[in-house]
Amino acid sequence: MLLALDTSTPAITAALHDGTEVRAASTTVDAMRHGELLGPTLAKLFEQAGIKPPDLTRVVVGVGPGPFTGLRVGLVTAHALADALGLPVDGVCSLDALAVRVLAERAPDEPFLVATDARRKEVYWARYAPGQNVERLDGPHVDKPADIGWNGPAFGSGVLAYSESFSRVDSPDYPDAGQLAEAVVRGRIAVVPAQPLYLRRPDATPPTGRKPVLQR
Amino acid sequence: MTEPLVLGIETSCDETGVGIVRGSTLLANEIASSVDLHARFGGVVPEVASRAHLEALVPTLHRALEKAEVKLADLDAIAVTAGPGLAGTLLVGVAAAKSYALALGKPLYGVNHMAAHAAVDILEHGPLPQPCMALLVSGGHSSLLLVEDVTSEVRSLGSTVDDAAGEAFDKVARVLGLPFPGGPHIDRAAKDGDPNFVPFPRGKADDGTFDFSFAGLKTAVARWVEARERAGEPVPVADVAAAFQEAVADVLTKKAVAACKAHGVDDLLIGGGVAANSRLRALAAERCEAEGIRLRVPRPGLCTDNGAMVAALGACLVEAGRTPSEPEFPADSSLPITEVLV
Ligand SMILES: [Zn+2]
Repeated sequence: MLLALDTSTPAITAALHDGTEVRAASTTVDAMRHGELLGPTLAKLFEQAGIKPPDLTRVVVGVGPGPFTGLRVGLVTAHALADALGLPVDGVCSLDALAVRVLAERAPDEPFLVATDARRKEVYWARYAPGQNVERLDGPHVDKPADIGWNGPAFGSGVLAYSESFSRVDSPDYPDAGQLAEAVVRGRIAVVPAQPLYLRRPDATPPTGRKPVLQR
Repeated sequence: MTEPLVLGIETSCDETGVGIVRGSTLLANEIASSVDLHARFGGVVPEVASRAHLEALVPTLHRALEKAEVKLADLDAIAVTAGPGLAGTLLVGVAAAKSYALALGKPLYGVNHMAAHAAVDILEHGPLPQPCMALLVSGGHSSLLLVEDVTSEVRSLGSTVDDAAGEAFDKVARVLGLPFPGGPHIDRAAKDGDPNFVPFPRGKADDGTFDFSFAGLKTAVARWVEARERAGEPVPVADVAAAFQEAVADVLTKKAVAACKAHGVDDLLIGGGVAANSRLRALAAERCEAEGIRLRVPRPGLCTDNGAMVAALGACLVEAGRTPSEPEFPADSSLPITEVLV
């Protein structure tokens, strides 16, 4: 029994997959409340699927890139759950998770781009080949939308928010854990260590000497 | 019921703390500090701290389990700091605690960091007298709390109106060219200094409230040092450190003792990182003795932010039969002290 989850976007998405099919899935969009909602979401999934946490055999979590605070909620939740139950925990690039959904719902027949909102007028993005499996051609990167210069099909909340910078814009907006779980079970997406993909350094500047307090 | 086995998780600032207690017996208190990562910034950088918590949490928890020689399955409850503190760092601990509680099917208590600073002393000096006064001083807080019952009734009598006491130590250390965090370095430098070298201002000392102010003191020290430098004279670091430290200890102990007398309280507890300061401890002992007040100061490892204090408060809540927190409780960076348990 696989638990898949991703909190790299405003969507808090989680799903249980029994190896054959998705047993329960939930997606709630609320950019500010990942920490409050993820735990209860998981509890609800277990109840819906009629299983208990010890029935899990594997945990997969989106490692970003994504806004840091929400991203960490998913990562620490996955690590703690896996640790408590003695399970392996794997990561997937969250843009790959969104690409899974694009492949499933839009089936583009040419290379495409996915992007999510990175705030500060930038997007996290990557480019993919068409097909059944997720094949990343470029990325992940964080850039200003206008600097990417992509004329092919583009998907995700990052292109929907900056549609003026892309010529062919379409939904879906966020990853879906049910489709992610299915892709993991079928081996259609690469797993990576469950470590955060921040892509940006922390905002912090060392103090530059002392500020004088006396009037000159 | 035997005494409850409780795991406590603390991530309100830059220390990842995991403690395990059985009732009032300390079994483990493991800390992973990111303080070195913040040193070059001269203060705690929230994003740097949050990243460090995510990396350190599970390994620190395992060190605590090994030290305590218990298994996760043995726990009776989990407690976690729900606030106050840095929003981003709190969230890492809260999300982890919720996840462990869910996976293990254990009750979860989201607790108040300040109340935990007071509760920790049960591990060292036994049950808290009711009521008792708590002076909590650190880089993040400077508060006087009237603790009627640490599980349910804690009242704030006063707090800093500007900088926390520990913050003033950090800033004065920088002015004197001493490393971050400033507290231990100023304490050490002051050993060879004259506490009466300069009568630095005691902000709000005689204003009749139980509030503190350290911004004026910090500025006064900076002004004094700058004037000296501008005159081309050497700065007597030991003397300035001693005189600054004296001013802080003086106003803290004066107000704490006054609060005890005003509320008819016979026991004073001092906690928080600044409680490690040798002059604060000595002056508090002297003044409490003179006024017939019993003084309790936990050892330094229990004064600074740690997981054992959270576990200790959790154990008090379990023993008091309090209802665990709802699973959707948020991390609250400005959680009021009136909410001991969220
Ligand atoms: Zn503290």
